[in-house]
Amino acid sequence: MLATSPKFKENASAAMADAGLQQALARTKPRFIQKRANAAAGLPEFERLREIGRDIKNHTIAHLDFYLETFERNVIANGGQVHWAATAEDARKIVLDICRKANARTVTKGKSMISEEIGINDFLARHGITPIETDLGEYILQLRKEPPSHIIGPAFHLNREDWEKSFREGHTQLDPDRKFNERRDLLTEARTVLRERFMAADVGITGANFLVAETGTSVIVTNEGNGDLTQTIPRVHIALASIEKCVPTLEDATSLLRLLARSATGQDFSVYTTFSSGCRRAGDPDGPEEYHVVLLDNGRSNMIGGDFQDMLRCIRCAACMNHCPVYMTVGGHAYGWVYPGPMGSVLTPTLIGVDQAGHLPNASTFCGRCESVCPMKIPLPRMMRHWRERQFERHLTPAAARYGLGFWAWFAKRPGMYRLATRVAMGTLGWLGRKKGRFAWLPLASGWTAGRDMPAPEGGTFMARYARQARRG
Amino acid sequence: MAPETPRVALFVTCLVDMFRPTVGFAAIRLLEQAGCRVEVPMGQTCCGQPAFNSGDRATAADLARNVIAAFENYDYIVAPSGSCAGQMHAHYAELLADDPNWAGRAAAMAAKTHELVSFLTDVMGMQAVTARHAGSVTYHDSCSGLREMGVKAQPRKLLASVAGLSLTEMEDSEVCCGFGGTFCVKYPEISVRMVSDKMANITATGAETLLAGDMGCLLNMAGRLKRQGSGVHVRHVAEVLAGMTGEVPAIGEGKA
Repeated sequence: MLATSPKFKENASAAMADAGLQQALARTKPRFIQKRANAAAGLPEFERLREIGRDIKNHTIAHLDFYLETFERNVIANGGQVHWAATAEDARKIVLDICRKANARTVTKGKSMISEEIGINDFLARHGITPIETDLGEYILQLRKEPPSHIIGPAFHLNREDWEKSFREGHTQLDPDRKFNERRDLLTEARTVLRERFMAADVGITGANFLVAETGTSVIVTNEGNGDLTQTIPRVHIALASIEKCVPTLEDATSLLRLLARSATGQDFSVYTTFSSGCRRAGDPDGPEEYHVVLLDNGRSNMIGGDFQDMLRCIRCAACMNHCPVYMTVGGHAYGWVYPGPMGSVLTPTLIGVDQAGHLPNASTFCGRCESVCPMKIPLPRMMRHWRERQFERHLTPAAARYGLGFWAWFAKRPGMYRLATRVAMGTLGWLGRKKGRFAWLPLASGWTAGRDMPAPEGGTFMARYARQARRG
Repeated sequence: MAPETPRVALFVTCLVDMFRPTVGFAAIRLLEQAGCRVEVPMGQTCCGQPAFNSGDRATAADLARNVIAAFENYDYIVAPSGSCAGQMHAHYAELLADDPNWAGRAAAMAAKTHELVSFLTDVMGMQAVTARHAGSVTYHDSCSGLREMGVKAQPRKLLASVAGLSLTEMEDSEVCCGFGGTFCVKYPEISVRMVSDKMANITATGAETLLAGDMGCLLNMAGRLKRQGSGVHVRHVAEVLAGMTGEVPAIGEGKA
């Protein structure tokens, strides 16, 4: 996926002018927030569970090599195969190779952000293999040739009319008189079309919410059951997962599952939670003949031991973006790459470079709401700040901001000069603005005054007035 | 253990110093009413948050050292801002963690640094103020105060004791107003959209006055309200609690 993150400002501007998007955001925002709040309030140990979740992930990441090797050993013992992919390109080649060996013509797909990260759909299509998304939102986006705008609600940015239009355009066999009045009608149409695809597919690709080391199990959660059909019907199942999805035990996975759905959709549990351990055994009624796990690193192991290690705790619940006032103003596409919102603002620069994604960690007010709801207690603002530090060190911070900061810092480090300069400046501004109490325009302040007045200072500074009072006694 | 008459250093904050000196005097009055001896260390300028959040750690650390040197010998450090207090309380220790000469001093200062209103109630045990303010107000929870300093119930408790005042809560009072320090000028279009959403929630309460505990947010919200011709008055919560609203026009309003 070509990143448009360098054009974040332009993207955001267009997003704010997009009435349909704004309607979708306004409709969805309060729901997510309320549902998560209710779910958290309904579980007395929720806050304690967040600490447990954080500790499980911290422990796993500290011993990631051990747990990944344990996972691999157990997958092999179950009759499956593990493929290590250092880069996105490696992962694409591995997947293509498996598909070719299986003589695959069509591949069904469960929802997987890793598959977006490595751009597997376009790659398979270029090599003559047809990928079919089976998550309803992803399916619509595939019809529309759009990337997801949200990590758990990929079609977050669309309204019901958009869905209907996409079906009418994409499903050319549709009776024009067919009515799409309700969500159910849309689902029925998708189900009818997808059922055939599920049966015909040679390979099924899913993501993994967790990889359980002690059992060699991959775990997925869905609300539609599409993931189960993707991984049980075809002859070959490929689970695509990044290395930090690993947890030591089934017990750990269930602890994290208790946090995941509550933080994501406000459900106590997702409708389907599916554990896959290897391929079909003798006597099993169903299941694939081959079970492959592709373990993607793509820069993640470099995050261990550095400022961004905590990001590896992320379980992709999307609570951060659901609660982010910036995400809810501009939507997910504005961020310009696979992962939007606060978690994306930390992760994207590690994956595509801070020179490409530099806007993202800056486009935050550091309001801290993301961190306050993150089930893994990831200090997202702090890590966005670490990116700003990298930019500052590498002189990627815009020159005007850099000089402005330097000018201010020079005075701030010299209290005497600072006193004098602020007294003169505020005295002047206060005098100029004394009648109206505000300015509609000020030199060098267009960023502020384009949409806001600048309130005038009272006149004089506190420090000067205080010193005067002290002298008078 | 807090001494009976604690020596409190007022960290004025750069925005109060420059834009709204009355808030500094209101803070002194409230602290004295609560039984503190207040001093204003003259070596103070800025807590360094703009540099810290812009990625300039060296400047932020320099300024943090200045502040610590000027403030560490008081019983408490109090700021009429959750944002600046948050910087000192939640970030100085992290910022100076690798500096063996300063790490301990930063942590010690952080532990005794407070936001004004929560200090009055939680540390000094203030139950009520003597101020009067006839009219309806609504209160915006500034982000750092709320999430770094735990300021939520304290201003509401003291506002409830102001004679004549009625508080109407706005929808989404905990959602950021879009100020975000340099964010508001780096991404003005997004910032203005956010403050417009905030303005709609403020206006919907029908309150005559908007209060908050941080000058950054107040300048932002007042700037948008005034640009849109709103008649809502905007003030720092300390002005109302100290009974000093008569001394200065509301933020963004002229001397009538």
